[in-house]
Amino acid sequence: MKVGVVTFPGSLDDVDAARAVTLAGGEAVPLWHGDHDLRGVDAVVLPGGFSYGDYLRCGAIARFAAVMTEVIVAAGRGMPVLGICNGFQILCESHLLPGALIRNDHRRFVCKDQRLRIENVATAWTSVYEPGAEITIVLKNGEGGYVADQSTLDALEGEGRVVARYLDGNPNGSAREIAGIVNAAGNVVGLMPHPEHCVEELTGPGTDGLPFFASVLSTLAAR
Amino acid sequence: MARVVVDVMLKPDILDPQGKAVHGALPRLGFDGISEVRQGKRFELEVDGELTEERLAQIRSLAETVLSNPVIEDYAVHVQTA
Repeated sequence: MKVGVVTFPGSLDDVDAARAVTLAGGEAVPLWHGDHDLRGVDAVVLPGGFSYGDYLRCGAIARFAAVMTEVIVAAGRGMPVLGICNGFQILCESHLLPGALIRNDHRRFVCKDQRLRIENVATAWTSVYEPGAEITIVLKNGEGGYVADQSTLDALEGEGRVVARYLDGNPNGSAREIAGIVNAAGNVVGLMPHPEHCVEELTGPGTDGLPFFASVLSTLAAR
Repeated sequence: MARVVVDVMLKPDILDPQGKAVHGALPRLGFDGISEVRQGKRFELEVDGELTEERLAQIRSLAETVLSNPVIEDYAVHVQTA
């Protein structure tokens, strides 16, 4: 299974994301922001970082990159897409996911090992987690506060589209402690914390992030 | 040649941590009597040729789709006269 990882100018975590795909047993395929080509991949990861220097708004310029035209079309056809941190911001700016991410309420950059609860295991990216699994992965962001209007938040909750929620306090002011959400079809997931940094015991707090990448391979294999 | 100004502000119900930080510094600096600060963005667009209604409509579309994110921000378009 081929999982593409997009590199935008200013992406930081593309190499880690590709490594996570490989460790999960997939084939990582580098994708370039300026290309109108997904190179035959079965899924796409939009990695973390500071695409285009976070100018204008986080993810706002990346959303208009050539490769995103292809990602948006493919996502509409059901291709699994995972946006991590800056990738989540790009998915919101692309309107593939509702809401937006704003500056942390406490105004400081946060970098910590974060406990989360996985609340939806029916998505393309969480299917191998146990329902309600509590995991610890890295969180690092300056603009990670998830916001949406009340009716959107109610709809997300009502439809079970909150994928992951922060535990042990709210690290960035996100509405209803939301750490990640999924689109209605279940193939596009946005996540503020970083599973790709938590795939090996040697680095990071553990391997709790690996199932995100194992899940998409399992989802693709079942198709 | 005309100048069009696009002001972008966070919607009133969206938290503005930057504005709050600025506001928090004011009493320390001796500026009293300011009850709130909201920080926004200002874009100045130099438009070639005549500013027709059609061009202005394009700029409004630009303001809505690129310069602002309607989920969290409001925008206002002004034509600046010399």
